Amino acid sequence: MTNIDVNLIAEGIKTAIDRISCEVEPSCSDALRAARDKEDSATTRFALDVMCRNIEYAKEAHLPVCQDTGMVVVFLKIGQNVNLSGGYVEDAVNAAVKEAFAPLRKSVLDPVSRVNTKDNTPAVIHTQLVRGDEVKVEIMLKGFGSENMSAIYMLNPAQGLETAKELIVSTVKNAASNPCPPVIIGVGLGGTFEKCAELSKHALFRKIGSENPDPVLNALEKELLKKINALKIGAQGFGGSTTALGVFIESYPTHISSLPVAVNVLCHCSRAAEFTVTEGGVRYE
Amino acid sequence: MSEIKLSMPFDKNELKKLKAGDNVLLSGEMFVFRDAGHKRLFASIEAGRPDIDFAGETVYFMGPCPAQKEQIMGSCGPTTSCRMDKYTPYMFDHGLCAQVGKGKRSKECVDAFVRNGGVYFAAIGGAGALYSKCVTAVKEICYPDLGTEAIRRITVKDFPVVVAIDSCGNSVYNE
Repeated sequence: MTNIDVNLIAEGIKTAIDRISCEVEPSCSDALRAARDKEDSATTRFALDVMCRNIEYAKEAHLPVCQDTGMVVVFLKIGQNVNLSGGYVEDAVNAAVKEAFAPLRKSVLDPVSRVNTKDNTPAVIHTQLVRGDEVKVEIMLKGFGSENMSAIYMLNPAQGLETAKELIVSTVKNAASNPCPPVIIGVGLGGTFEKCAELSKHALFRKIGSENPDPVLNALEKELLKKINALKIGAQGFGGSTTALGVFIESYPTHISSLPVAVNVLCHCSRAAEFTVTEGGVRYE
Repeated sequence: MSEIKLSMPFDKNELKKLKAGDNVLLSGEMFVFRDAGHKRLFASIEAGRPDIDFAGETVYFMGPCPAQKEQIMGSCGPTTSCRMDKYTPYMFDHGLCAQVGKGKRSKECVDAFVRNGGVYFAAIGGAGALYSKCVTAVKEICYPDLGTEAIRRITVKDFPVVVAIDSCGNSVYNE
């Protein structure tokens, strides 16, 4: 057994939130600059230029990139040889979120009473036991202008992949200008209802420009990106050649009766990070 | 691309000259509130005692981050406007001049802009840090318990927006 103090995980989460609230994931900001430089429409280029300048200014001045500093989503991949000490891990995560959000916007509330929790807790925590003796943490600040545009479909096998593709593209089309395009699209294919949604969220951790190791999914990602960009929604919905910066798919076996398809929409400001916690401390990627 | 400078409160004749796609720099005062602020304002209207008078004014759909360091207001980009569509025709029919937000609007909203010579501006979603530099003053108006969703009044200088839907109903958004 390896002992890992949950306070190390909390430390990593605090550091990550402080940084990613102000710094867009680098592959995403690079892709935005490239989109600006090739944009023909003057209004859209203006929008992309404001977006790029905002990202630069936020990083330099260490200010939140967007006022919607989101709801915190954490994937905890805990090695099965790890003994977590120093308290309950979810309490440690939420204590870190509370502290890190002191200077940020508190956007989390009870869905029924609509009363704000006033510290942006709780985080949404997905825990998975994995092989090994480390804890890998993936963290994202998820804004809800884009989250609201996400969708899940439980298709019949007869509808097949063609219908799945049509629905993925139409979800982006219907979202139009609302999710702050150019968007990043996470797709879940297969599993059960909730597994499919989780796959689509996890897919959003991929770096822009990265290839899917599965050649079939890789080709599907490229096909979908092309179709989505052909919608010409453009940055902020002002028209233009870049509607999405990337489409990322994760799949899982499903039941003979179904083809679940989840589409999770992310805005142009990807705020995500990964780090690993070992017995010795926190290692940032 | 040339920018038109306009001051708020607006001269309605100036608003009528704007065309969808124009780049505008806004200066002056506007109200700021979003979902919960609208809901509570409308409860006060229904009770016959409106908590603010928005005739002749502009409303910006935004809930800020707390101010950091020497900031007057924290990051303050727009939120998605369509969630406020159900409140919008009433507000324009009762004197509101303009709204600032992001994203498409319903047909009922566009009709209300046309009927009243109103304009809908799009701020650039996500550009919260940059917009905070344009805010020169902020006043808390009502509903402080709503936190980021309280009603505020801000003064801005050269706040960059695009005319998203003009007073003739033309839109910058692809159909």
